[in-house]
Amino acid sequence: MALSQDEVLAGLAEIVNEETDIDTAEVTLEKSFTDDLDIDSLSMMTIVTLAEEKFDVRIPDEKVKDLVTVGDAVSFITDAQA
Amino acid sequence: MTTMTVRRGPEFTRILGLGAARGENAVPNADLIKPIDSSDEWIRKMTGIVTRVRANPETSVIDLSERAARDAIAHAGIDASEIDAVLLSTITYPHMTPGGAPVLADRIGATPAAAYDISAACAGYCYGIGQADALVRSGAARNVLVVGAEKLSDIVDPADRSISYLLGDAAGAVVIGASDEPGIGPTVWGSDGSGAQLIRQTASWLEYGADRDLPYPTLRQEGPSVFKWASFKMAPVAREAIEAAGLTPADIKAFIPHQANIRIIDQMVKQIGLPKHVAVAKDIVDSGNTSAASIPLATERLLRDGAAKSGDLALQIGFGAGLVYAAQVVVLP
Repeated sequence: MALSQDEVLAGLAEIVNEETDIDTAEVTLEKSFTDDLDIDSLSMMTIVTLAEEKFDVRIPDEKVKDLVTVGDAVSFITDAQA
Repeated sequence: MTTMTVRRGPEFTRILGLGAARGENAVPNADLIKPIDSSDEWIRKMTGIVTRVRANPETSVIDLSERAARDAIAHAGIDASEIDAVLLSTITYPHMTPGGAPVLADRIGATPAAAYDISAACAGYCYGIGQADALVRSGAARNVLVVGAEKLSDIVDPADRSISYLLGDAAGAVVIGASDEPGIGPTVWGSDGSGAQLIRQTASWLEYGADRDLPYPTLRQEGPSVFKWASFKMAPVAREAIEAAGLTPADIKAFIPHQANIRIIDQMVKQIGLPKHVAVAKDIVDSGNTSAASIPLATERLLRDGAAKSGDLALQIGFGAGLVYAAQVVVLP
């Protein structure tokens, strides 16, 4: 069954925390991965890969540049699960 | 009916000797940051590289190969005339023909050894080890010289932010021969040409020949995609090489991956699940990414620093442009 937006956000926040030590509470929908969370391109690929495994979705490499905010990623994952 | 005689070789092989030759100059990040509008701090954070070794303009990839090869042959305690095959893994020998291997074989006195180049980029050394192991065990060669050598500074673009600043010049060489005990495990290797554009030359020689207004061909990579592929898709290959050798990660004493990027190395260690006791090669910090040369170079460094010793089991894995990859467990010389 597809997860809710809140469940995807919570799961994504755990992955971000695992990769970067950023507190899960900091990982909110409006935050930009690059500008707000200071996540570089390689850490982003790690987060994407772990998210693919966790949520059983495929996130093409060429799509990653469009995932600017945490909300973009949550929407992509939620839609991909639907 | 008359039947042919076929050759059979020894049951086991091992690395008999190792040699390494680094480019003469250690080039710090500060020397490269201006054209790419970057900083020493950024390069260290994204790659782990502090310096990369680069050769003098007059030093050729064959010069580097010869230095490494002579050391490997001396270390093996054999004469060059006992080498029956010379395999040169390189993407930077600047002639499409003849290959560099016959030239190298002649220089070191190994003629008339069979000699050919291997074009498998950063996996080239491990491809060579797999072939050498098979050649010796089949009886096709008594001893095989495998050289991974690159002069990548010939094909870099100083203004390229994708790969050029990572690259260095070096050669690493080993002699593979018969052994009483298993010294080279099964090679797990493969390719995925659907990713051919992830690490590429900017234009083919035909395109460059037809349009001299094109910039001289140099290398580019899709860094994040390569990072993802190498970090996550290569870990299962490495684990398969351990299993194929009938071993577990706990048996491994040293991990010597291609020195592409320290972030890839760290992620691979995590993904493979290597125990804490394993010595992890990080020669990239000082030597940079030297493609086919990086694994033998990093092996030499681990042994020289005492982080690993002769007789230790080492897991090595090469991966790169192609995409191509190869891994095996070896006993260190």
